[in-house]
Amino acid sequence: MKFRKIFRSAWEGLMLNKVRSFLTTLGVIIGVASVIVMLAVSAGAEASIADQINALGANLIIVSPMRGVPGASRTLLLEDAYAIEEQVVGITGISAEQNPAPQNIRAGGVTLEAIAMVGTTAGFPDVRDYAVAEGRYFTADEDDCKAKLVVLGAGIAADLFGAESALGQTITVGTTKLTVIGVMEAKGIVSDVDYDGRIYLPLNLVLQKFMPTTMMRADAVRTIYLKAESQEQIPSVIAQTTALLAERHDVDAAKPDFTVQTQQDIIATQEATTAAFRDLLAWVAGVSLLVGGIGIMNIMLVSVTERTREIGLRQALGARPSNVLTQFLIEAIILSLAGGLVGVIVGVGGSYLFGSLGTMRTEIVPLSIPLAFGAAAIVGIFFGYYPATQAAKLDPIEALRRE
Amino acid sequence: MNNNLIEITGMTKVYGEDDAAVYALAGVDVQVARGEFVAIMGPSGSGKSTLMNIVGCLDHPTDGAYILDGRDVSQMTKNELADVRNEKLGFIFQSFNLLPRLSALSNVMLPMLYNADDVPDEEAEARAVASLTSVGLENRLHHRPNQLSGGQQQRVAIARALVNHPPLILADEPTGNLDSKSSVEIIDILRNLHKGGATIVMVTHEADIAAHAERVICVKDGKILSDGRDGKNHCSGLHQ
Repeated sequence: MKFRKIFRSAWEGLMLNKVRSFLTTLGVIIGVASVIVMLAVSAGAEASIADQINALGANLIIVSPMRGVPGASRTLLLEDAYAIEEQVVGITGISAEQNPAPQNIRAGGVTLEAIAMVGTTAGFPDVRDYAVAEGRYFTADEDDCKAKLVVLGAGIAADLFGAESALGQTITVGTTKLTVIGVMEAKGIVSDVDYDGRIYLPLNLVLQKFMPTTMMRADAVRTIYLKAESQEQIPSVIAQTTALLAERHDVDAAKPDFTVQTQQDIIATQEATTAAFRDLLAWVAGVSLLVGGIGIMNIMLVSVTERTREIGLRQALGARPSNVLTQFLIEAIILSLAGGLVGVIVGVGGSYLFGSLGTMRTEIVPLSIPLAFGAAAIVGIFFGYYPATQAAKLDPIEALRRE
Repeated sequence: MNNNLIEITGMTKVYGEDDAAVYALAGVDVQVARGEFVAIMGPSGSGKSTLMNIVGCLDHPTDGAYILDGRDVSQMTKNELADVRNEKLGFIFQSFNLLPRLSALSNVMLPMLYNADDVPDEEAEARAVASLTSVGLENRLHHRPNQLSGGQQQRVAIARALVNHPPLILADEPTGNLDSKSSVEIIDILRNLHKGGATIVMVTHEADIAAHAERVICVKDGKILSDGRDGKNHCSGLHQ
């Protein structure tokens, strides 16, 4: 069969009716574009969650009290952190943290109200990949002897001292006077935590001065962060830590009162929530692609009815039923592929546009492009086939007689 | 080679079954020799359209044999019939049946789209131009049908019928939609084709048009009433 010629004939037929052809493809254009945009939006959401969690530090393992277990928030102790540091093989650093209630801080004439505080051990900057920009962090010895030192978040330093150097200045936190020995680098807001708007204190000082001892054991910590030597060490570190803490807490390792998680675990938990959202979006987009296909079928059926005489004439001139079928099928496929192509362009362009507006992050999923385009082609074949068979079935005598 | 282009023997065409059976053709025998110009006349419902459809390979007879150009086409499949129409037949319709959005040239090229052998584009175009030139439309190649007069449109249709050089031209009321001046133009073209050796079978109900043919076959009630090779019209008074 002269496929090339029949293809050209189909193409000419479509070009002779550009407006209708465009309107017919519009459904497919919107369907394909929305598949790409919606997947890009949800991939962007996932990526930004993953970025935030990864920003906590590389090769990080997070030990927390088990949520929802009575009394568990009092069971994770600073002693646990020391034990992990001594006994677990394959870690380069450890940082225990505790967050006391916010306090007002004063320096000179400036007062800042309800500023978040974090008590950490000396390993904090290294473990959390959060460097000191100016001055230094406190040492393990300084932490042990509850030295009255403080390191400021970049925003706090600017608010209290402006362009002046904060180093060596004294600030009052609640009623305690502390000496500023360092200022952290600017980090911004990650996972809803404003790192620049906090102050960082030795953990032992925090436990002694700022924790209400009635509520908790004075040496309970909120989180212990471990930094593994490498990605490969992570499973071993998790196993050792779990075994060690289970023994120390005298609990069954299968039913612990603490959790040991990697960033990947947390990302996976987050993704499970976004996955449902993403699937919903993909379905909505898929449905619009389906509606686009029905639009093509509808117009093709109208076209077959309108062009009955043309079909009869072509048959009289020697077109086989298969030639007629091919022509109409090709018309439907051209429509859907053209719609798919334009849809890919619109979808990719729209994804960049949404991303550049700044309100949401978009990341184009490479697979979504062949997926959406392929779906458009299948839609064209599927929904083009029925009208094409209707055309091929026409009896030339009847068709020629039709007005 | 047999000199008969068309040999039809004992042809019947029945619509419906048993009691409800209607004989559109009730035993028709007709031969058309190569180079003949035959007019078929007959009143509405006489069966002449059915006969024309079968001769045009658009329909199967219920019974009987139809040998066209040496081949029995009476029981061919749809695809085989399509190929026969493409190679052996050129259709001229009462309502021209040109595709309105295509130029005269593209309309004439249409049959070559379905040729068994793939005609190269340049050759297809050259053949279409030659065909349009033969009907005097060499200056109207790129006009659309609505930019042409009725007579010109029918000439485009004739050019289309000729472009594959078929042995048989079938004209179904070719002047039915034309004024008398254009009718004369069209009938002159058909006569010239006939003089050039073409075989033409034409259905008409106009006696003066039929008079241009060298043979007039009269059909009534599914049978051939008269078959005059003397050029005289034996159907006078039969139609309408």
